Amino acid sequence: MNNNQNNILTIAGREFTSRLFLGTGKFSSVEAMKKAIISSETEMVTVALRRVDLENPQDELLASIIENPNIQLLPNTSGARDADEAVRLARLARNMGCGNWIKLEVTPDPRYLLPDPIETLKASEILVKEGFNVLPYINADPILAKKLEEAGTSTVMPLGAPIGTNKGIKTEDNIKIIIEMSNVPVVVDAGLGTPSHAAMAMEMGADAVLVNTAIATAGNPEMMAAAFKKGVEAGHEAYISGKAKITDEAHASSPLTGFLG
Amino acid sequence: MFIHEFNRYSWETVRERIYNATISDVERALNSEFKNIDDFFPLFSPSADNYLENMAQLSLETTRMRFGNTIQLYTPLYISNECNNSCLYCGFNVKNKIKRTTLTIDQVLEEAEIIYQMGFRHILLLTGEDKKSVPVQYLREIAEKLHGKFASISLEVYPMDIDEYSNLEKSGIDGLTIYQETYDQDLYSQLHPFGKKRDFEWRINTPDRGAASGLRRVGVGSLLGLSDWRVDGFFTALHAHYLMKKFWRCHVQVSFPRIREAAGAFKALHYVSDRNLAQLICTMRILMPDVGLVLSTRESRTFRDNILPLGITVMSAGSKTSPGGYSHIDLADDQFSVDDDRSPEEIALMIKEKGFEPVWKDWDKSFLEK
Repeated sequence: MNNNQNNILTIAGREFTSRLFLGTGKFSSVEAMKKAIISSETEMVTVALRRVDLENPQDELLASIIENPNIQLLPNTSGARDADEAVRLARLARNMGCGNWIKLEVTPDPRYLLPDPIETLKASEILVKEGFNVLPYINADPILAKKLEEAGTSTVMPLGAPIGTNKGIKTEDNIKIIIEMSNVPVVVDAGLGTPSHAAMAMEMGADAVLVNTAIATAGNPEMMAAAFKKGVEAGHEAYISGKAKITDEAHASSPLTGFLG
Repeated sequence: MFIHEFNRYSWETVRERIYNATISDVERALNSEFKNIDDFFPLFSPSADNYLENMAQLSLETTRMRFGNTIQLYTPLYISNECNNSCLYCGFNVKNKIKRTTLTIDQVLEEAEIIYQMGFRHILLLTGEDKKSVPVQYLREIAEKLHGKFASISLEVYPMDIDEYSNLEKSGIDGLTIYQETYDQDLYSQLHPFGKKRDFEWRINTPDRGAASGLRRVGVGSLLGLSDWRVDGFFTALHAHYLMKKFWRCHVQVSFPRIREAAGAFKALHYVSDRNLAQLICTMRILMPDVGLVLSTRESRTFRDNILPLGITVMSAGSKTSPGGYSHIDLADDQFSVDDDRSPEEIALMIKEKGFEPVWKDWDKSFLEK
């Protein structure tokens, strides 16, 4: 768990006031995406490199994100089957001027897009040594999370549920363990279907969340993005103000030691 | 290989289970969270027609969650229409007196440049089935020349063995489309009186070989109108389902070619209505949320425009079905006549008007580079 006691989140030396990050793959148009980015007040947006013309520095999708100087561009390697492919994509992205932040998605399974833990670790080790700020997408595996931290990744990004399922946090226990044990920011990524899911992640102590499907495919993505913003803020503020104990019974304020005065 | 899975189901038994499925069976199949093979039968049944609106809604929602509001675009490039097969339903049948050619490398590059300028980054290379006219090495040479230009290059050509697919993958091919035409084995024999394509088992195992060689994408489908679309639909779904489980790294797609007018004047043996096709598309989506569903320009504008939101994820546009068709050089005849002849810009505009983003690029050649 890292820097979760205040409103500033620091990742790889960059400060973020928003703890909501946005994915961009499923919007109906670039215009819809831009409106959602604005209403979410996000400061980090991820883009699949497979969607980008890697030989065109003026690519429209990239340009529409980097025109806003407050936003950190986070290219991702979605579609990579193994470490080699992911590393190759990351290097290409850097060479075309996308910077050295990379969201590592090594997803050999095109059905559920679940991340390959072995290849993710392998790619992380290579890319960290090459000076990348690596943000790896992983299953909620606490051991893998520690190994990635040791390899030098800037965050760990455990999934709440498989990409696109909107099922919320199905990996709660493991995410809590990751949060408890982590010395790098923990960003819950994938599967968050509602603002209340995002709030729940933040109440658990996550440092941030990343959302794509639930916003991009909502009836009104702009409004949903704003709703997620509120959910993240509410959850984070609830976390830092300290949650009351959950109990089924009424308790007097000092049941055991009240006699001591 | 799939033939072993296929042989577990007889055409007649499947047909009976489909046609005997009741409304309750359909309801149970629609309501089960994880579909198994038992759920396949009712959704292809006549009883499911009563639930078409519900199925369309479910298909729409499932597609949106899994694929977002995007439609991927591609176009075919016919390299050759020379063929040694005798498919009774196909314009390229060796017995049809049509103009035939195999494009030279320069002609292929000229076609490719026109396609590239139209905005496409995903391309499907097609030929008839004549390995002497279009050897594997020639296809490799073309793939290597196009690899630098296009994000994704797929093939729809004669079936090959694993080594041939593997070599093509090294040259830059990332996908394969191969239609079984019909899974009705008796009818298949009648429709293919001679030629290599007559070998049912060789053809049906082609997707296995393609996926085993490392190709990233494999597409299957039946030619709708040859046999009973419900039973062929079941077997197509079974085939896709099998491939997704066995070759879990491979992205599987299903296409829905409906018989079109072609040289040889073959008429569809079974009528497949628009409503039937809609049921088929929605069923595929409901049974397999992650499969790509492809709709080509064989279908009319009206049908494509309206079915688009209900489950389709990939569409062709501006298609020419003859070698040299984009360059407008009159070298060869079409495989079939296209119905939706709108330009790629018009199709992209239609897609946007429907509330979707037309995606020209959703892959990258660098995935394949070693």
